[in-house]
Amino acid sequence: MGVRRVSADVLGLTARRRRTTLWVLGLVAGLIATGVIAVGTGAIAIGPATVARILAHQMFGLGDVTWTPPQEAIVWQVRLPRILLGMLVGAGLATCGVALQAMVRNVLADPYLLGINSGASSGAAAAILFGVGAGFGQYALSTSAFLGALAASLLVFLIARSGGRVTSMRLLLSGVAVGYALYALTSFLIFASGSAEGSRSVMFWLLGSLGLARWDALLAVAAIVIGGTIAYLTVNGRRLDALAVGDETAHTLGVSPDRFRMRLLVVVSLGVGVLVSASGSIGFVGLVVPHLARRVVGATHARVVPVAALLGAILLVWADVVARVLLAPQEIPIGIITALLGAPFLLILIRRLHATGV
Amino acid sequence: MITASEVSWRYGATPVIDGVDVIARPGRVLGLIGPNGSGKTTLLRLLYGALRSPTGTVTVDGTALKGLSPRETARRLAVVVQESGGETALTVAEMVLLGRGPHLSTFQRAGAADHDIAARCLARVGATHLAARAFGGLSGGERQRVLIARALAQRATHLLLDEPTNHLDIRYQHEILHLVRDLGTCAIVVLHDLNLAARYCDDLVLLGRGDVVAAGPAGEVLDPAILEPVYGIGIRRLDLDGNLHLLFELEART
Repeated sequence: MGVRRVSADVLGLTARRRRTTLWVLGLVAGLIATGVIAVGTGAIAIGPATVARILAHQMFGLGDVTWTPPQEAIVWQVRLPRILLGMLVGAGLATCGVALQAMVRNVLADPYLLGINSGASSGAAAAILFGVGAGFGQYALSTSAFLGALAASLLVFLIARSGGRVTSMRLLLSGVAVGYALYALTSFLIFASGSAEGSRSVMFWLLGSLGLARWDALLAVAAIVIGGTIAYLTVNGRRLDALAVGDETAHTLGVSPDRFRMRLLVVVSLGVGVLVSASGSIGFVGLVVPHLARRVVGATHARVVPVAALLGAILLVWADVVARVLLAPQEIPIGIITALLGAPFLLILIRRLHATGV
Repeated sequence: MITASEVSWRYGATPVIDGVDVIARPGRVLGLIGPNGSGKTTLLRLLYGALRSPTGTVTVDGTALKGLSPRETARRLAVVVQESGGETALTVAEMVLLGRGPHLSTFQRAGAADHDIAARCLARVGATHLAARAFGGLSGGERQRVLIARALAQRATHLLLDEPTNHLDIRYQHEILHLVRDLGTCAIVVLHDLNLAARYCDDLVLLGRGDVVAAGPAGEVLDPAILEPVYGIGIRRLDLDGNLHLLFELEART
């Protein structure tokens, strides 16, 4: 019996790879276009050509100044950091959603499932209402929120680990339990403070906003952490594939499910903790975008993760644009927009799932 | 060759496997048989390291299983577990390609050589036509064949299967086991059906309540005098054209 080489794309894998490359290229172009349009959109509209020139001038020192100083300030100081943060938050939520859905093997999992955002909310409420973390100056709110997120993930981690094995069910249950407990804590803090103004700020924060974005350390930290999260998840795509099939399968393919799930928990907690500290809890992106990405490039995680990151980034920036212009000059919390867009989307997905019998 | 000596496992205070010895020889198919709850699956899981026996040792080709990393283990032992993974959205080809994982480093992508191996393994189980289909949409028999293709893609020296004929119709049961026999690698198969065990296994280990009741060539273990007390049913053995067949009767009716 001779060795026959399989020449044609019998497995259908080459076609899939080509399709993924096209999608990634298209989405990168879409992301750049989104950035330019979004930076120009707002209470004061600035044309895309001017935006592109200001950005080229600021970044590479190209071209002559044909715009007014206020225009430059709006583009460079106000809107660009906001849009960059939006991209980071969208990409981060989407990829952490992908990871969590694989970790607990449930397509309804989202980044907030593990109670991380509830922890961050408690931290934020403590900072807003009681001045906790005031020593951190301008970073008081985000630091306090991050510490809250960290405490929540640590709790989930310890509870999930207590039986020696970190199963998906154990992780899910401990996440939900910790989430409810910390939600109660946040409500109690609001109740105990007795400050109407303070509770309004907490409420605003809970619904998510990119309003805190500026060129500061927080943006840099978010960029590094989210970049790292996306890279880690992409590189470990094959392990995620195995884990998503099942623990026993993962084990037989040389992936220790407990150890890998533990590492994922650390990576995802860090990523979501940073996101939530920077922007509050923005719902639905981490739930819906992974499904979109899978529809586009299939279920292989090495492809799903980068595509989900790009899709999430684009979607979140557009949601922010809608949040800024719909009732301008008033800004709607972005979480309301993502929920309004996300809920019908989820319903469509459910119909599709029924149709294919999955 | 896989050897286990004095392995044991308990769930809570109940011992499921109690100081058991097993030897699987190269080029032979070893069947693990026994009634429900006799510890067949637990023993298999001890053999591939999903469970770590607190006593005794398991060795693969002379190397202690304990000393092997998960990836090294997966390069030596290919396992078809009962977990179907039916909810995955992976295609059949992607599923089979996962079998190449143990041979690739973290930063390595599956290349043309891996695709080639995956394609040939799919062809080996007669499932090339399914390559682009969603794994979740396959029938039980098709799934089982794809999972065996994935195990073959691991290019391991041993194949372990946990009730591979479960939920399959009669033709697939024979096809799957015929395939396993045909591979000529050292295989360990957990089986419920004693007639399938008679037909496709060289050696058998009969478990009863966590202990080995009998071990040896299939023809010797499948002795009504040995089987009847373990299964609690009347058994008649027929030798037809060199093949061994077992007939069963509830003792109450005899």
